[in-house]
Amino acid sequence: MDYTTIFPLMRAELTLTAILILLFLYDLLAGKRGRRWFSAVACGLLAVQVAVNLIPGPEGELFGGMFRYAAMDGVVKSVLSIGALIVCLQADQWLQREDTCHKQGEFYILTLSTLLGMYFMISAGHFLLFFIGLELASVPMACLVAFDKYKHHSAEAGAKYILCALFSSGLMLFGISFFYGTTGTLYFDDMAARLTGSPLEIMSMVFFFSGLGFKISLVPFHLWTADAYQGAPTTVTSYLSVVSKAAAAFVLFTTLVKVFAPLVEEWQTLLWVVTVLSITVANLFALRQRDLKRFMAFSSISQAGYIMLAVIGGSAQGMTSLVFYVLVYLAANLAVFGVLSTVEQHSGGKVSLEDYNGFYRTNPRLAVMMMLALFSLAGIPPFAGFFSKFFVFAAAFRAGFYVLVFIALLNTVISLYYYLLIVKAMFITPSDEPIAAFRCDGYTRLSLALCMAGVLLLGVVSAVYDGINAFAFGL
Amino acid sequence: MEYTILILLLPFVSFLLLGLAGMKLRPVVAGAIGTAVLAVVTVLSYTTAYEYFAAGRDAAGVFPTLIPWNTVWLPIAGDLHIDLGVLLDPISVMMLVVISTVSLMVHIYSLGYMKGERGFQRYYAFLSLFTMSMMGLVVATNIFQMYLFWELVGVSSYLLIGFYYTKPEAIAASKKAFIVTRFADLGFLVGILVYGYYAGTFAFTPAASTLAAAGAMIPLALGLMFIGGAGKSAMFPLHIWLPDAMEGPTPVSALIHAATMVVAGVYLVARMFPLFIGYAPEVLHWTAYIGAFTALYAAVVACVQSDIKRVLAFSTISQIGFMIVALGVCTSNDPHTGGLGYMASMFHLFTHAMFKALLFLGAGAIIHAVHSNEMSTMGGLRKYMPLTHITFLVACLAIAGIWPFSGFFSKDEILTACFAFSPVMGWVMTAIAGLTAFYMFRLYYGIFWGRENRELHAAHTPHEAPFSMTLPLLVLAAVTCVAGFIPFGRFVSADGLAYTIHIDGGVATISLSVAVVAIALATWMYAREKQPVADRLAERFSGLHRAAYHRFYIDEIYQFITHRVIFACISTPIAWFDRHVVDGFLNLLASATNGAACLIREMQSGSVQRYCIWFLGGALGLTILILLIC
Repeated sequence: MDYTTIFPLMRAELTLTAILILLFLYDLLAGKRGRRWFSAVACGLLAVQVAVNLIPGPEGELFGGMFRYAAMDGVVKSVLSIGALIVCLQADQWLQREDTCHKQGEFYILTLSTLLGMYFMISAGHFLLFFIGLELASVPMACLVAFDKYKHHSAEAGAKYILCALFSSGLMLFGISFFYGTTGTLYFDDMAARLTGSPLEIMSMVFFFSGLGFKISLVPFHLWTADAYQGAPTTVTSYLSVVSKAAAAFVLFTTLVKVFAPLVEEWQTLLWVVTVLSITVANLFALRQRDLKRFMAFSSISQAGYIMLAVIGGSAQGMTSLVFYVLVYLAANLAVFGVLSTVEQHSGGKVSLEDYNGFYRTNPRLAVMMMLALFSLAGIPPFAGFFSKFFVFAAAFRAGFYVLVFIALLNTVISLYYYLLIVKAMFITPSDEPIAAFRCDGYTRLSLALCMAGVLLLGVVSAVYDGINAFAFGL
Repeated sequence: MEYTILILLLPFVSFLLLGLAGMKLRPVVAGAIGTAVLAVVTVLSYTTAYEYFAAGRDAAGVFPTLIPWNTVWLPIAGDLHIDLGVLLDPISVMMLVVISTVSLMVHIYSLGYMKGERGFQRYYAFLSLFTMSMMGLVVATNIFQMYLFWELVGVSSYLLIGFYYTKPEAIAASKKAFIVTRFADLGFLVGILVYGYYAGTFAFTPAASTLAAAGAMIPLALGLMFIGGAGKSAMFPLHIWLPDAMEGPTPVSALIHAATMVVAGVYLVARMFPLFIGYAPEVLHWTAYIGAFTALYAAVVACVQSDIKRVLAFSTISQIGFMIVALGVCTSNDPHTGGLGYMASMFHLFTHAMFKALLFLGAGAIIHAVHSNEMSTMGGLRKYMPLTHITFLVACLAIAGIWPFSGFFSKDEILTACFAFSPVMGWVMTAIAGLTAFYMFRLYYGIFWGRENRELHAAHTPHEAPFSMTLPLLVLAAVTCVAGFIPFGRFVSADGLAYTIHIDGGVATISLSVAVVAIALATWMYAREKQPVADRLAERFSGLHRAAYHRFYIDEIYQFITHRVIFACISTPIAWFDRHVVDGFLNLLASATNGAACLIREMQSGSVQRYCIWFLGGALGLTILILLIC
């Protein structure tokens, strides 16, 4: 075994681990005054990490094929890191609060641990490493959801999340064990060669799929989503809705393409049904929500459905459109959550739709940013969301799923309606006591500026899509 | 000559700066930034022109077409792609000089004219945007880029006409201008697409073999493009927006609606000239007939208008008609045999831009002094505003075609070209030239001599404009005095070879004598305090007078067609259908969706046990489904 190849291939994992250790030491050694700079240190280190990993390195595998690195993995890891970075920027104002400031170190360490888990999940070449990565991404996440543990709703959300996560992990592990039984291996490559497509394997595949479906929150594995999103601290919700989901979606794509290629017809049917269910059911629920965090939960479920449109064809074009979609979705969704979170902090916990009436009069800039982000989520040109939706539709259309694309298109109309409900509340509906005008802090501004740059530029600058496309692979 | 791209970039940067941060700047600073940037652009344009013409002709004796900067912007299919770049050839370089000169003058002039206006910074931002777009239009390397910038000038024109956005007339005028030109641009766009499809390229010089194969489609494409040009250049019957566009600030009228944007249509025809001559000469001649009719119509209307800016607007329409006619009467590429009009048209474009800008800026100074556009509030202003008076007179002499002012030379070439085409065309255009001299001097006497409105002038004594406004007048007047002696044919001609302008003695005598007679007539009718002849004529031909004053009711016809025919007979039933049938169906869908949302509410109960049952049930259900289907 040649140890010199470890660093170039595990660059992202090693740098992230180093950051984790550094932050742990900083948390131990820095006094009360040093803690005040925690966000700056964490975000600075993460920014360095993003920069280091942005350039794709050589491809290869380690530890006898347990760990594999493809250029596209690097791209996705960078996207996830950027997401985590923006979330960390938005977390600061919440963490500086009286009741959380003594444990802000925990937040960063837990968040980055889940990120590390996702990295391993993405680069795994063996189900064992894959499962360890998955658990590393889930268990600290439960702690994060229950971060405000003395608050009833946060604790309840944490409990629900961990119970559902355990259930889904169990089911997934059950499925994997059947695979081991029928094929005698846990290596991705070997398994792909030995799959026969027996009913047992199909059931196992659905179980495996349900585990990832849980993380992506696809219908019918989504039921935890609304409760956890609503109960968790807003910053955690945004992390959950973007980074965690993006990682799982990408992993789903690679495993379906690499491991389950022999069962392509079966998983395409599966995805077809799940996609239609996710988009439609989530849209129907979203229509009636009054709590914006709960609303965003259903919005994120339907967005997950759109992401599945990129997966279903299993083509290289699909992979590009998936990563691009995730990137665009990240910018828009984090912008919405950034506004929600900063409003929540400054207004004493206002998160319902009615609270946003007349928001434009008092905070025009935030309202406009929120509007642009919602337009992007709804897919209105010329914002990035239009292009990302266009590409996933094109990928599914190219693969021949005409009816599916049609249903998805119909659903975009419904989604437009409910996204515009928020815009209407902010800009048109008058209010006697709107949210008072406030200034948000530098971190939040920076994060929102990054998101807005994404919303406005990603679609127009074609180099991004082309750059991702250079690394794509498919069936 | 890569620096030519700066000619486009600098005004754009200035637009962004003034547009985004303008309100934070003091008006003086904003104006200074805009003007300084334009000064740099002017210097760059002049340098470009100097270097381009100094570089000399190539072996074939023509100025080479240079593309110092180009990028493929949007590949479409195969060889078909849309480029963005800078193309230099004699006419684009000439246009760079014209646009930058007039634009700089307008920038300086506006420092005085717009002083203290609300939105001063916004005004300069829009001026920069316009200059950038117009420059981009003339240096376009292909027809599609031209179209992009064409639309951008349309937008900037819209923004500037509606600059006084609290005035309902200004808003109506800006909408009218935008809609009418957009309507014409539809023709342009379709023409471009037809052209792109059949010629296989958007470049101006497609391969001869593809053109020959395209057959009748190329004339069709060129004809459609001319509709776009006719809209922008206010050719009859698409001229209706231009007189109303005078609601914008006067310097804007000078820049956009007299000197630069409105000649874009002429420029378009000149740009496509080799194709017109080669493949669609009959379409080209049709443009000449349209141009001639427009020139006549506008000249007649200009004779009776009382708003000085309207007179100038119709005079502009008429003069653009002259340019189009000059292009349209060409029968070959050779200036010695039937191709003179090309050079004449470009020459007239050049001289007209200068003296018409001068007229508008002079009118602006007058309006600034008496606070009204109506001729009845003026009269006898020569005592109060000597500088404006002299410069205005120079411009009037130039447009009337009196030697040695620039208009004489270019108009003489146009008339020569017309006579070469057919004597009828020559005499018609000569008559219109006479009308031009007449109405311009009617205007001149009405403002500076004639019946003075003493009451008004006593209450508020008119005074000469500030230096920032008189300086541009003087510069443009100087240019108008000498521009005629530029050996224009050496730089621009239909086949690109050097052409020496020689004045045709006969034509020159005819046109000069017609102009002198017309001026004498105007002097006799309007110069004095009492104007019995003019009043009697107006009474005698009251029907004609009223019709001409109302521009022959063309606007009313449009109004009738749009409101009574299109809105009432087509739009209203469609609106009813949309309101009741389409919306009704969608409302039904919406209530069905809401009902469905209610039905599935139970799923999200909040109990974890239930969630797990759904989870497992869902997974098993999906398995069974797959086993059944696959």
